[in-house]
Amino acid sequence: MQDRPRAYWPPLLAGLGLGLALLLTFVITGHGLGSSGFFTRAAAAAGGWLMPEATAGNPYLGRYIDAGAPLLAWITWEVAGLFVGALMGSFAARRFRPSVERGPRTSAGLRLALALGGGVLTGFGARLARGCTSGLGLSGGATLAVAAFIFLIAFFIGGFLFSMLTRRVWE
Amino acid sequence: MEQPLYDNGVAAGLLAGVLFGYFLEAAGFGSPRKLTAQFRLQDWAVFKVMFTAVIVAATGLWLLDVFGVFGPDKVYVPTSFFWAIAVGGLLIGAGFAIGGYCPGTSVAGLASGRLDALVFMVGMVVGVWVFAWAYEPLKGLYFAAQGPKGQTLPELFGLPTWAILLALVVLAVAGFRVGSALERRFGGPIGPAGDAAPDTVDKHT
Repeated sequence: MQDRPRAYWPPLLAGLGLGLALLLTFVITGHGLGSSGFFTRAAAAAGGWLMPEATAGNPYLGRYIDAGAPLLAWITWEVAGLFVGALMGSFAARRFRPSVERGPRTSAGLRLALALGGGVLTGFGARLARGCTSGLGLSGGATLAVAAFIFLIAFFIGGFLFSMLTRRVWE
Repeated sequence: MEQPLYDNGVAAGLLAGVLFGYFLEAAGFGSPRKLTAQFRLQDWAVFKVMFTAVIVAATGLWLLDVFGVFGPDKVYVPTSFFWAIAVGGLLIGAGFAIGGYCPGTSVAGLASGRLDALVFMVGMVVGVWVFAWAYEPLKGLYFAAQGPKGQTLPELFGLPTWAILLALVVLAVAGFRVGSALERRFGGPIGPAGDAAPDTVDKHT
């Protein structure tokens, strides 16, 4: 096969690159990298179109509507950049594969249902924790914040526990 | 020139994001099978990449402070709300094992062609709606056990920053060794899909 994908970077090298990108972000902006904040804003914007009154009157999402144009924020540009940077990488290394990624014994329908359910838990959890693996775990970790290490320990415990139930999906 | 620059413009966001996405994809974090293999102990890239990145950036911030460029009080440090962060972290870990991604890696997944990543994103939007709908009754949990504003590990333990960094390096080295040994035992780490059988684990590697 002529378009064989190139191997992933060794973790140490990818971690070094990611760490330097994170450091540069702190120097430029005064804060780190994130991503769940974008999905909060996307939920406010989508809610504003689909159910305008309920969203504007909601004590949590209403403030994004009050401020106008929920998606007009730094995090939106950063996540757009994230998509473009990952796209450049996956194409350059011939790793772009249109697919529903799953283990050989899992149907595409089941995989998509689990992706939806996992997404719901993640969206809810990220709002409760006030951040996700990038904004709280990675960027908070770089500032040695206590909050970041509470998050990372809880994240790994949750991952190990639920992985026992879901390993057949991937293997 | 004042440092940090506090530049939160479009160009700064795009630059930070492009670098972020490029390195996430290069690490293999656009592939949910590779990501979740961390919790099957078969592939330790999540632990290795995250720990390395945290140590590199934390050491960089410490050096900037030591050389008088800017101190840790000049950057955003999240505040701990123990129960909300512990429960939220558990849920994100569960969502990762079930759905295959976290928020940032789902964007890298979509940029690698994964349609399941797009469905995961729709799920996240719904999850935010559920949280917003339940926000009033959740307030007790959301604000419980608030820690000191922007508290850091050096403040918590009363130790100098370099000592905390050294401890993290020791933990990382131990984790790398254990992780690499388990990867060899369980036939990892997982490489990119797209060889003869794209959706099966490469057993001979």
